[in-house]
Amino acid sequence: MNDFSPGLENVLARQGVTRRDFLKFCSAMAATLVLPTRYVERIADALATVKRPPLVWLEFQDCAGCSEAFLRASRPSVGDIVLDILSVNYHETIMAPAGKAAVKSLDDTVKEGGYLVVVEGSIPTKDNGIYCTIGGRTALDIAKQVCGKAAATLTVGACAFYGGWPNATPNPTGAVGVKDAVPGITLLNLPGCPPNPVNITATVVHYLTFGSLPATDQLGRPLFAYGTRIHDNCERRAHYDAGEYVEEWGDDHARAGWCLYKMGCKGPATFHNCPTVRYNDGTSWPVGAGHGCVGCSEVAFWDTMSPFYRRLPNVAGFGVEAQADQIGLGIVGGVAAAFAAHGVVSAIRARQQPLARHESDGVSAEGKEG
Amino acid sequence: MRAVEDALGITIPQNAQIIRNLIEGSQYVQDHVIHFYHLHALDWVDITGALKADPAGTAKLAQSISDWPNSSEAHFKGVQNRVKTFVESGQLGLFANAYWGHPAYKLPPEANLMAVAHYLEALDWQRDVIRVHAILGAKNPHPQTYLVGGMALPIDPNSQNALNADKLALMKQLLAKARVFVEKVYIPDLLAVAPFYKDWAGVGGGVGNFLAYGEFPLTPNNTERLFLPRGVILNKDLTKVLPMDHQKVSEYVTRSWYDYAGGDGKALHPWDGETAPHYTGPKPPYDSMVGDGAKYSWLKAPRYDGNAMEVGPLARMLVAYGSGVKPVVDTVNLVLKTLGVGPEALFSTLGRTAARGVETLVLAQQIESWVDALAANIKRGDLKTHNGDKWDPSKWPSEAKGFGFFEAPRGALGHWVRIKDGAIANYQCVVPSTWNGSPRDASNKRGAWEEALVGTPVTDPERPIEILRTVHSFDPCMACAVHVVDTHGREVTRIKVV
Ligand code: SF4
Repeated sequence: MNDFSPGLENVLARQGVTRRDFLKFCSAMAATLVLPTRYVERIADALATVKRPPLVWLEFQDCAGCSEAFLRASRPSVGDIVLDILSVNYHETIMAPAGKAAVKSLDDTVKEGGYLVVVEGSIPTKDNGIYCTIGGRTALDIAKQVCGKAAATLTVGACAFYGGWPNATPNPTGAVGVKDAVPGITLLNLPGCPPNPVNITATVVHYLTFGSLPATDQLGRPLFAYGTRIHDNCERRAHYDAGEYVEEWGDDHARAGWCLYKMGCKGPATFHNCPTVRYNDGTSWPVGAGHGCVGCSEVAFWDTMSPFYRRLPNVAGFGVEAQADQIGLGIVGGVAAAFAAHGVVSAIRARQQPLARHESDGVSAEGKEG
Repeated sequence: MRAVEDALGITIPQNAQIIRNLIEGSQYVQDHVIHFYHLHALDWVDITGALKADPAGTAKLAQSISDWPNSSEAHFKGVQNRVKTFVESGQLGLFANAYWGHPAYKLPPEANLMAVAHYLEALDWQRDVIRVHAILGAKNPHPQTYLVGGMALPIDPNSQNALNADKLALMKQLLAKARVFVEKVYIPDLLAVAPFYKDWAGVGGGVGNFLAYGEFPLTPNNTERLFLPRGVILNKDLTKVLPMDHQKVSEYVTRSWYDYAGGDGKALHPWDGETAPHYTGPKPPYDSMVGDGAKYSWLKAPRYDGNAMEVGPLARMLVAYGSGVKPVVDTVNLVLKTLGVGPEALFSTLGRTAARGVETLVLAQQIESWVDALAANIKRGDLKTHNGDKWDPSKWPSEAKGFGFFEAPRGALGHWVRIKDGAIANYQCVVPSTWNGSPRDASNKRGAWEEALVGTPVTDPERPIEILRTVHSFDPCMACAVHVVDTHGREVTRIKVV
């Protein structure tokens, strides 16, 4: 890496952004990461002085939706990330070079080492991986090499997490997520379809600030973003508790903003910070726009959360607060048999005291997945 | 959605139709601008050239083509400093290893700097204006309020949990911001850059056949009244826009890695389509795709009445132009006049890139009125956004089939569904990049990309920027490997089209 580094604060200063505004941005970042305010200065220091660490972004069986989401990042913006914070050396959709020249950018970065890798899309394993090849190499081959040598790997989206829709039954290409394709690496998962760019940038800022990945649940999802159930932060929760439900699309209850549980909402079984951070600079989120959650941040959601418009397993007397939690456990229990090996159930237990760990000094890096 | 609605005979409410049009229309505007600045511009704009620019000269140039406020010398100086700091850091990131300094770059340094400044501005602009999708669709990308029968988004001027006057006002504001950027930045840039690349009006023409399913129904499910019309143009004949009949669409797998039960020589209509992969290509890792060459693609080869077709903004604009749609005719003529070329220039790489700009301008100037139409409907007391008559599968016939059309920003997208006993029996999609990137068919007919590359001059086979220009002009949907082989079978070059 080159010694010369602009540092975000200096760059912003040249553009007329004051230290006060810069600290405001750092505070927002700390809030997203659910960190106490004493970390604001630390984030500021990290961003002001850090060299630009290299990052490569791999796309496999994907729709580029996660890349599009990344383009919507606003704190920091994608322009700031690309020019001032990271050295994004490889991203097929937005990089300037093509063909052999693009492959050289990847090879050079891997040779140098010490880079972060983001993976978007699933990895086909059937028939020797021929269902996704780039430059004559299979996705599996590329992932093993590039993720294997990375300082850390972040998966973005449902596909790189557990295979996403390519993995949905009958999974014709044998698609899996990074965890199953390249076991044993330092891995952090940011599932969603697509994930919220706020959580992507917050993870990167956390890494730059603390030199480690944020604490995760046992599915490798950072607690700051996936530590709380949607249902527990939902603005319509009072209606759920009061037994006030939308019964038909567009009925009076839908217009009044009642609970979407009966229309199939998967909020009671989904861990994600959608209700608090919302999407597109806080503009809205699915329940806010009148459609139930589809559980896109959960394991194999195309199979486990569908049919999307059928209500979660019918728990007698839903609408009573005590039993709301039962619904969450009920659905997890329903899929537990299929995913016991992945530690879903113990992950639920781990969520009981998620935030405590942030209070101790070592914001622990538990991104390591088996 | 539309395939199932067609199969079950569902008419969606007027409000739902307008909401869909608003989501799709704003998608065109945002997506086309991203394509121009972030996926295509660097084929024409040399970033390193921007370092040599005189910011005062750039300011003069920018002010001469537009009254966009961010056009001062100080502004361009700031951008140039930022690029300079970046380049001097030695970490070129996304911009490393590109074909900078290639003789095919023709812009003066001042124009390069202006384009780089707008590349950065467009990044912030696109993030903001697409909030229209969050208002109507919950989020972007992947809006989540679409339902068979309409939209989940409720309307109620007296509720804070539904589409109300405040949200309509915010949309108007965002769409106005979208339009102003298109009028004052994108189109002036396009018209300022194009004259330096006029020879590209004679390159990259392609198959000369164009297909548009049409888009933006102005009445519920009435495909007779579409803002951008449906139609087919064959052999570049703009005087004859033929009616489109989806029954004439079929797909070959003769050169694709699939098998058809009845043999690979015959094409199948998507209702009877089959998807049975059978890979026969080289075993990875491989350096060269040159094998027996019989089959060479994961894309099927769609044909319309046996013809290879081009889809996308150029196809839509030509069909609209040939059909006499006034805003399109006026805008196309204005662009042609400004560039001093005739309609034949449209059949080219430059024409394709210009058509995308024309479409963006036409849509950007139209969609604000759709918010007004929605408001007028609400004022009449119509709050309906969903038709639930067939929501319950028990009300479906035991068998049904439907065709759903959609004009995605990058071109005609068709979905064909067969429903049996309340479940999908067959579902086939023929997507825009399958049309444009189609391999050959049983009669060895080339698809649009392949045909467009024939005759493209490549000055340096090691740095084939000319090929990127033509392939990128189609806005391909994939990060895929395109293999270009010269007549002796030697691989000229291998390009990852990204
Ligand atoms: S069921 Fe869904 S809409 Fe209802 S309170 Fe829970 S998360 Fe919110």
